[in-house]
Amino acid sequence: MEQSVTVFSSFSVQDLSFLGEAALRTLWISFLSITIGSVLGGFFGWALYEMKVWGAIFLNPILDVFRSVPLIVQLVLFYNFAPIVGLNLDAFESGLVVLTLYTSALVANVARGGIEAVGKPMRITSRSLGMSYLQDMRYVVFPIGARAIFPSWVGVALGVMKDSALVSVLGYVELVKASQVLITRTQEPLLIILVVGAFYFALSYPVSRYSAKLEKRWSQ
Amino acid sequence: MFEYNFHWRPVFKSLPDLLEASITTLQVASLAMLLGIVIGFILAVSRLRGNGSVYWIATAWVELARNTPALFQLFFFGFGLGALGIHFSPYAIVLAGLTFNTAGYLGENFRGGFEAIPPTQLRAARSLGMNSWQAYTRILIPQVIRIVYYPMTNQFVWVVLMSSLGMLVGYRELTGETQFFASKTYRIFEYFAVTAVIYYVMVKIILGLSKFCASRFFRY
Repeated sequence: MEQSVTVFSSFSVQDLSFLGEAALRTLWISFLSITIGSVLGGFFGWALYEMKVWGAIFLNPILDVFRSVPLIVQLVLFYNFAPIVGLNLDAFESGLVVLTLYTSALVANVARGGIEAVGKPMRITSRSLGMSYLQDMRYVVFPIGARAIFPSWVGVALGVMKDSALVSVLGYVELVKASQVLITRTQEPLLIILVVGAFYFALSYPVSRYSAKLEKRWSQ
Repeated sequence: MFEYNFHWRPVFKSLPDLLEASITTLQVASLAMLLGIVIGFILAVSRLRGNGSVYWIATAWVELARNTPALFQLFFFGFGLGALGIHFSPYAIVLAGLTFNTAGYLGENFRGGFEAIPPTQLRAARSLGMNSWQAYTRILIPQVIRIVYYPMTNQFVWVVLMSSLGMLVGYRELTGETQFFASKTYRIFEYFAVTAVIYYVMVKIILGLSKFCASRFFRY
């Protein structure tokens, strides 16, 4: 009897759970970077609005870098920069830092637009009704501005979710990286790639449709 | 301060190659953009006026392009179609992926542009004796271009940044070339830092040119 060794094994049920775990990692890194990045971005947006001169001189150019350099270059750059300054970050942590800053740079612009969307007369009125600056921000600007920018914020969040695929460059085994591993083993690229694409689509499409619907309803 | 010694000389030695690669980046991005504009226009019109299968194909294209990662789309054209025996060169993969993505996003932009123009204009043009072609090219499209001009500029910037994914399918545009040199010399940080600067400058030039052109085209 001759024993045969198969190098490639076909797609099995265990692989689905491997893909599932990877999908959870994609969700986890996207969730963290979108949450932290949005808070940070909201703060940056407020700073851009309130500190016109300093924002234009310092903050905006810095945020601009994140918007005009490819994410993949940012990731590789930071991943190799961190050890230079003595930080010991693994692929997940570097990816998280870069994605968070990237999100915050995108959200900052959106958030500033949101604050600008609240009319000046409204703000003057709320202040003359005796509201403090913080109350004005909390009870007038936030509800109106958040509603105005919600659709574009959803767009940014979905974009970051999709861009998180690039963290695979650093070796973090999220969905796309996992698919690469499986393709190498099973030699069935089309099937696996379609499964991965379907996952992103199933996540992104309903959310974008829902936000488009909300936008339409709110604009009436 | 750092225990790391920066070596910039190999980077400056290969700077001409990097600049040449950035021309490659611009070339592939421009071609993808041009194709994307043509296809995006067709998609927009098919979604607005088409019916049956034409409408569904255009809708599926737009939604797939917008709701899956660009990296996935590139891998699909690269490895996915390879399973069916269709093999593209790295250049063709990048071009096809970028065009597919851009056409989808622009299709949605153009549709918004067409919808922003009151339908009475088309009817008025037709009742003045213009045929459909004249009404589109003389009345609708000039107005649509004005509406979608800035989104189109942004899209072009995205295409330039997205072309960096070529690195992952073995195409030597700016990022791919950088990766090539970086892995030859192990000066990863230095190379990618210079590349980031090149991208930043490229994006600034594109935005500046676009502003200049807008001030010329849309004077009145």
